Amino acid sequence: MKKIEAIIKPFKLDDVKEALNELGIKGMTISEVKGYGRQKGHKEIYRGAEYVVDFIPKVKLEIIVAAEQVDEVVACIRKSALTGKIGDGKIFVLPVEEVIRVRTGEKGKEAI
Amino acid sequence: MIQAGDTVFILVSAALVLLMTLGLALFYGGMVRSKNVLGTMLQSLAMISVISLEWVYIGYSMAFGPDVGGLIGNFSWFALQGVGAAPSAQYATTVPHLAFMIYQCMFAVITPALITGAFAERVRFWPFVFFSLGWTILVYNPVCHWVWGQGGWLGARGVLDFAGGLVVHLTSGVAALAAVLVIGPRKGYGRESFIPHNLPMTVMGTGLLWFGWFGFNAGSALAANGIAATAFVTTHLAGMAGLAMWLLIEAKHRGRPTTLGAASGAIAGLATVTPAAGFITTNAAVLIGLLAGAFCYLAVSFKNRLGYDDSLDVVGIHGVGGLLGTVCLGIFASTKVNPAGADGLLAGNPAFLLTQLFGIVVVGLYAFTVSWGLLKLVNAVAPLRLSLEAERSGLDLSEHSETAYNT
Repeated sequence: MKKIEAIIKPFKLDDVKEALNELGIKGMTISEVKGYGRQKGHKEIYRGAEYVVDFIPKVKLEIIVAAEQVDEVVACIRKSALTGKIGDGKIFVLPVEEVIRVRTGEKGKEAI
Repeated sequence: MIQAGDTVFILVSAALVLLMTLGLALFYGGMVRSKNVLGTMLQSLAMISVISLEWVYIGYSMAFGPDVGGLIGNFSWFALQGVGAAPSAQYATTVPHLAFMIYQCMFAVITPALITGAFAERVRFWPFVFFSLGWTILVYNPVCHWVWGQGGWLGARGVLDFAGGLVVHLTSGVAALAAVLVIGPRKGYGRESFIPHNLPMTVMGTGLLWFGWFGFNAGSALAANGIAATAFVTTHLAGMAGLAMWLLIEAKHRGRPTTLGAASGAIAGLATVTPAAGFITTNAAVLIGLLAGAFCYLAVSFKNRLGYDDSLDVVGIHGVGGLLGTVCLGIFASTKVNPAGADGLLAGNPAFLLTQLFGIVVVGLYAFTVSWGLLKLVNAVAPLRLSLEAERSGLDLSEHSETAYNT
């Protein structure tokens, strides 16, 4: 099993969610995060004073999938989150040792 | 002889001026970071209590009571003795004396609240309360007496201030400058971004201030008459012109008109027209508003270069506005508008402009010196400044054990 963490542009969240739904992904966790990478921050002006805001808002998705599903899920996120401009985000794939469903105690793929 | 119309007008105006202090709480509250919003709003709110109490016991008597040497009122009206439903012999003689008293009370309340913008986000609550109380007794009450009190020496010299350019805006602006110098900048000033946390709140506050300002300025006619209408209209015109001017300059200088700029320009225009409102023509009011937008924008930009952390620009907007408005009154005043006023420079009377400048110098120097000394004194007894750790965690949590936004 793998965990896929994707940092995407906030306005792309609905597209990504729908695309993953069509793929049969049944759940995900999202959080609103801030960060920066190659996409520079922006400038804000308050009463003539300029501030550079480095950290810009992004959405982070966390999805656990079976190892054999990783490629198609990653491809699906890439396709649906793509705008082609700097700042589209990143996808990380991490190993997951175990998954346990709280309600039933099921483990492994059954619990995803 | 009590007139019903005047009495209604003054009572409603008093309520409008009270609303300004709450408007100010919103105006300032929106401009600070979210960890300081409650502490900032409470500084304005607390003044309603502290200063009203001070005012009814000693303040009103000091400011408006029987004159002692042109300098101060005596204490014979202590705890409002002799101040009742009958009109006063000297002030607003067509309304109950109590109505005039409470109207003036609201001015005394908002003035120290204005200063709080200068030291926002870094001052402890109780030392702040002591400072504000002492400041009202030592600065506001005497200056109010000099300019507006029967027998006050500046008033007797011909210095005019329709609704508080000297008494309210210059005193608070100058005290703000002293506070910035004594208290010092916020931690991280110049390195961290102090971005306003809720500008819609600031815009709401601007609306309430503007609305209340009609009571502040038109009410200062102290009767529901033509002068009140003049002051009402000039107030509105200067506010709108200040807003427009700030936006235009900003768009030219920084490439973008901003919402905070619109709010700032409006307040600059309103503050600047305050001393002049009942003494000038509508054309002069538009001009004063435009000048206010330009000068206050420059003052605020200049502050950024100097590196003074006047956090919410009390000096740049109220100090400069009060000063500029008092000078403008010396230029634009016309007895054709208000026979009880004066003729200014443009009406061929340069002497009146000099009188106004004299008033600025006296009030400015006095307010600065006493504010500075009082700040040093309070600081020595009870440090005004929050500890570094408390400043980091914010006023709301460290001073008041509460937070504004809990989801």
